[in-house]
Amino acid sequence: MPWKRKDLLSMQDLEPAEIGEVLDTAASMKEIASREIKKVPTLRGKTIVNLFYEASTRTRTSFEIAGKWLSADVINFSASGSSAEKGESLLDTAKNIEAMSPDVVVARHKAAGAPALLARHLRCSVVNAGDGAHEHPTQALLDLLTIREKKGHLEGLNVAIVGDVTHSRVARSNIYAMTKMGMTVTVAGPPTLIPVACQELGVKVSHRLEEAIAHADVIMMLRLQHERMTGGFIPSVREYSRVWGLTLARLTQCRPDVLIMHPGPVNRGVELAPEVADGPYSVILDQVSNGVAVRMAVLYLLTGAKAA
Amino acid sequence: MNLLIAGARVVDPANGVDAVQDVLVTNGRIARLGRALKAPAGTETVDAAGKVVCPGFIDMHAHLREPGHEYKETIASGTRAAAAGGFTAVACMANTFPVNDNRAVTDYILARARVEGVVRVYPIGAVTRNLEGKQLAELAELAEGGCVAFSDDGKCVMNAEIYRRAMEYALPFGTPIISHAEDCHLAGGGAMHEGIVSTELGLPAQPAAAEEVMVARDIVLAELTGAHLHIAHISTAGAVRMVREAKARGVRVTTEATPHHLLLTDEAVRSYDPNTKMAPPLRSKRDVEALVEALADGTVDAIATDHAPHALSEKEDEFAEAANGVVGLETAVPLLLDRLVRPGVIDLAALVTRFSVAPARLLNLPGGSLAPGANADITVLDLDAPWTVTPSAFRSRSRNTPFAGWTGHGAPWMTIVGGVSVKP
Repeated sequence: MPWKRKDLLSMQDLEPAEIGEVLDTAASMKEIASREIKKVPTLRGKTIVNLFYEASTRTRTSFEIAGKWLSADVINFSASGSSAEKGESLLDTAKNIEAMSPDVVVARHKAAGAPALLARHLRCSVVNAGDGAHEHPTQALLDLLTIREKKGHLEGLNVAIVGDVTHSRVARSNIYAMTKMGMTVTVAGPPTLIPVACQELGVKVSHRLEEAIAHADVIMMLRLQHERMTGGFIPSVREYSRVWGLTLARLTQCRPDVLIMHPGPVNRGVELAPEVADGPYSVILDQVSNGVAVRMAVLYLLTGAKAA
Repeated sequence: MNLLIAGARVVDPANGVDAVQDVLVTNGRIARLGRALKAPAGTETVDAAGKVVCPGFIDMHAHLREPGHEYKETIASGTRAAAAGGFTAVACMANTFPVNDNRAVTDYILARARVEGVVRVYPIGAVTRNLEGKQLAELAELAEGGCVAFSDDGKCVMNAEIYRRAMEYALPFGTPIISHAEDCHLAGGGAMHEGIVSTELGLPAQPAAAEEVMVARDIVLAELTGAHLHIAHISTAGAVRMVREAKARGVRVTTEATPHHLLLTDEAVRSYDPNTKMAPPLRSKRDVEALVEALADGTVDAIATDHAPHALSEKEDEFAEAANGVVGLETAVPLLLDRLVRPGVIDLAALVTRFSVAPARLLNLPGGSLAPGANADITVLDLDAPWTVTPSAFRSRSRNTPFAGWTGHGAPWMTIVGGVSVKP
């Protein structure tokens, strides 16, 4: 199907066929990574701006590599803090960048809705690279690509998403993406870290790790953010890791072909025991590799749609 | 200066009037009501056939921003917005800069209003110094200076002991204490209502309980002290239930609702438009239904705009960063005429009661009545006038409305203050 969207802002927006299109395109992009010369001319003359208002190494690098392998010019624009702190509104910044005629703006921001605001005001394509606790669509796409590679299909699989779901954009994007693709999603965590009315998103909710992971084909452990480790969400990191950490002992209760995923960076010994993170069930590094392929596919589809 | 308003339907709930009558105004006061009144020589006659004449509408909760935030609004622009919206009087909140926590600021506001205001201005004094919730403002002097109520609106006095003392101390002045009911800890910086929409949007959210625990506390304190507690911008089903129950028990509690809480739900936030961000936040459909029901049954005594002007730059930001609040003076009456009165959710007399009779009674103001001898503060409505909300045409200095582009029928036609038609 021809790609019609100007922007990639959320998985909630996408149709299953569009998700399939990105995954198929990404799968074909993977071949480039195996070449001696990792560069194709597809996006030559295109300009991609990575507009990152929030620190990120892996996502920014992944988008940068994706753009460069496709021969686009990639510019990194790091802005610290909020626009309010700088005294320049997000919109002002956006208009300034627009004046430099980019083809794609890849935006990460701590405020939910910031990429949507940019997309409304910019003529170029906008990719949401993570906005607050809202969405991180390319993460969900790379997760789906990884699962599809390992399992051969998506429909019918059971997925457990475990940890701080409330503050997780990765969880939200995956919930939308996975339920659209016919997967069964269980979210699990202490009630303080499960968002209100979460069941209405079409997922099961569990407050016991053992119950959530017992029949899972895929276990996705979420990162416990440092700022949640203090304050009222959990009593202590120690207790959290005892109750919610995925250890080898707990892994023995799971399906023998279970996949362990994590969006990174891993708090080793908190949500994931090191031997699990590095163990045979872990596909964490495949996720990272697939991230580049998925972002190549997204950049390709968005710019191609504009040329058409 | 005499004025004869001829041939209009007069809706004056305080005096049980709903009939076609002429209204004669002499020397700034209502002289007579009756059929085919003979006007003395030199009287200006306004043909108001087909229009509705009501006692002047009073907005008991607005932010005029002066002194200190004149880039958002001034007393001149805010009172013009009020007049354009059919209000003959506005009570203005204390969160100016400096805060209206001392007589000098009250005097300044009233002086500016005398010089530049086109409708009556009634200052509301702060409960605590600098709205910090720690030490009482000089409430006696503020009352003496003309403050008609006390409120730290925009902030909640979290210390129950201070609030109790404020309620007690204000008793002799007969002024209500107006509560911005929001437990700041439970609200936790939430930028919208906590529910399925906030879960989907990933925005920091606050539960209805953040309002409700404070409404509960304040009702208990009103019972303890015998003070008149007025809950500002009530917005949740639970808060409404508690107020209804407290009123039935005889507690001196009253409340107001805003047009935006009566007409919009948290679904409006899906746009991430900062013009849908305010405190309290837009609530669920269930809350809105309870609020409308409470407006109809009188649990909600008054309608107030919580007119909160902000400059474009403060609203062009990310949702969670953007300023709280929306303008309302120029949209409140048209919106509610079309969305509540026209479909029969409440009748016109009830609307006039909520916009005029009740605010006058709650704040002990003259007004709310067209009885002979009363100030000739009159709002004239045209129930058929078509309108479109056009922010660029606002008299307010600010444009932050969630209702841009809405259309309907029924709008203020003339605003008369002290017998003189105000040209906003």
